[in-house]
Amino acid sequence: MQSYWLYKKDLASEIRTRYAINSLAMFILVTISVILFSIGSETISDYLSGGLFWVVIFFTAMSGLSRAFVSEEERGTALTLQLIASPTTVFSGKLLFNIILVFSMNIVVAFLYNILFESFVIKSHLLFYTGFILGNIGIAISSTIIASIIAKAGSKGTLYPVLSFPILLPLILILIELTKMSMDGTKFEEGIVELSVLLSYNVIMISASYLLFDFIWKD
Amino acid sequence: MSNFSLNVVGLTKIFGRRLIFKNINLSFNAHEIVGISGPNGSGKSTLVKILAGLLSPTQGNVEHLFNGKKVEMENLHNHVGFVSPYLVLYDEFSAQENIHFFSKIRGINLDQEKLDSLFTKFGLYERKNDLLKTYSSGMKQRVKFIFSMIHKPVIVILDEPTENLDVEGKEKVYEIISELGKQCLILIASNEESDLAICSRIINLKEYKN
Amino acid sequence: MIWKILLFLIISFVSIAGIAFPIVENPIYWYQFPLIPGLEENAKIIFFHVPTAWITVIAFLMSTIYSIKYLRKKNLLDDSKAYTAAQLGMVFCILATVTGAVWSKFAWGAFWSWDPRQTSIFALMLIYGAYFALRSAIEQEEKRAALSAVYSIIAFVTVPFFIFIMPRIMKGLHPGSADDVSSGPVVDFHMNANMLLIFYLSLAGFSLLYYWMWQIGYKSHWIKEKFNKQLI
Repeated sequence: MQSYWLYKKDLASEIRTRYAINSLAMFILVTISVILFSIGSETISDYLSGGLFWVVIFFTAMSGLSRAFVSEEERGTALTLQLIASPTTVFSGKLLFNIILVFSMNIVVAFLYNILFESFVIKSHLLFYTGFILGNIGIAISSTIIASIIAKAGSKGTLYPVLSFPILLPLILILIELTKMSMDGTKFEEGIVELSVLLSYNVIMISASYLLFDFIWKD
Repeated sequence: MSNFSLNVVGLTKIFGRRLIFKNINLSFNAHEIVGISGPNGSGKSTLVKILAGLLSPTQGNVEHLFNGKKVEMENLHNHVGFVSPYLVLYDEFSAQENIHFFSKIRGINLDQEKLDSLFTKFGLYERKNDLLKTYSSGMKQRVKFIFSMIHKPVIVILDEPTENLDVEGKEKVYEIISELGKQCLILIASNEESDLAICSRIINLKEYKN
Repeated sequence: MIWKILLFLIISFVSIAGIAFPIVENPIYWYQFPLIPGLEENAKIIFFHVPTAWITVIAFLMSTIYSIKYLRKKNLLDDSKAYTAAQLGMVFCILATVTGAVWSKFAWGAFWSWDPRQTSIFALMLIYGAYFALRSAIEQEEKRAALSAVYSIIAFVTVPFFIFIMPRIMKGLHPGSADDVSSGPVVDFHMNANMLLIFYLSLAGFSLLYYWMWQIGYKSHWIKEKFNKQLI
């Protein structure tokens, strides 16, 4: 409940400053249009468009998700947060905020992608959406914990993708694999292995994050 | 009222290569107003941060005892009030919203009547719904005081409490401190003569250098 | 001293034997290796490639263990140990990647083909790189130690996904992959006794070498840090 209020605070602050939302929206536009320009009038294969979908999502995530912790650290309000909430509450609140951000951003990306890329056709919807939901949660978890490290390290922008990429790589590889499978029309039952790998990634990352966040958060 | 005590045993803090202080042994009780003095850079802020549980010491222990029971680090933040120059509140919210969110995040119900009386006392009632970024630094300092005591803490830590305050503000702060001192432990880290004048005892950090 | 000479002898023997012993279809003499279908002459890289890859993983594991130890005890010596293990891990990671790529050129026809194993070792290299990038970005010692320890632990929990799970769900060319029938688990079935002996000797030799380098490395790092402290 306390973390829900922390999330509400972040949301209210985001609505007033529109820092993350603006940069995320612009990033989605920029990456998608760069891809469209480079494709030109050629047709690209289904698999390639499926892979590019996750490339767009990865870079968009890298542009905005560090905001949750970096803004607190930059303005000096991290100390205030330490004074009013336990580390667990802080992490849960920030994670909740990032999950909402990732979902809204990825739904926009998926929507635009569907309109703009003709070769992006999903045949088995259930498989794709289950993977999409699990993948979004995974991206949110990993990018939240890395964001907290970045915020404390003091060098904000450039390190974030560098640190996040290796952590997110297994997730993204599996998601690309799942996207290919759902484009081929694979049955849901046949994707169970991949989905359970995604689920175990989420479980492992979230438990590691909660265990380690104390060490990051306290100076 | 509350039965609170704070014990400090063998506290040492080293920042990288620099010894801040060494082997501090102290104990405090509720209803005390204690001053912590020392020249600039002597570690006043570091000490109060450790006492508030914001920093971990290099060596030694800090024990917060509440009714004979040790307060868990996890819950300590709800028993501590803290005012300092490096404490920053949220600029994009009004004073009222700041306090409202803070109480909710703490998981406490906000006592609006008490809050309004505090706003009136500090002369902020008319402007409580203005965004904090329109406040002057002295007004922000007053909001920090409200922030530090609205959740009824048992220990209030004031780091340079009267910085940025005018004469009238200072007097109000002293008035409130002596009132609060009847219920809880107050630590004042400062070099201002007038701040230290209201303390019942003073600890000089110069004595813990080696 | 004795074990250093022993180490020298082991590594020399492994290098000579691994490169010079011939591979024949039906080994008769003790110095002959059996022919492994699908690998042939290329099989010899196993004496150098596998130990380096093994040490990459061991170094990473040690780095993580000392990171955990640092977070528990906050002793900067553990940070030195973790850091040195990561440094050596990076060196061996590059060696494993290069030997693997050379082998892959002859066996698969290209230096790089994004086989799951290649992907995994590439990811491991990225993790090490990110770890060093993070360390160089932080000035203050305790903070650097704590944050990089946390990062290496988080990176470590993703490693099982690369090493064990990815090769099994993605199609691979690497010997020992899920759909590799020709040369199956190389170590178990296709090597004869002398090949196994040299393989394990090489593994032991490289491990000893790593351990020695690691000890010198962390001590010198520790002394350097101490020296810096005294200077300022």
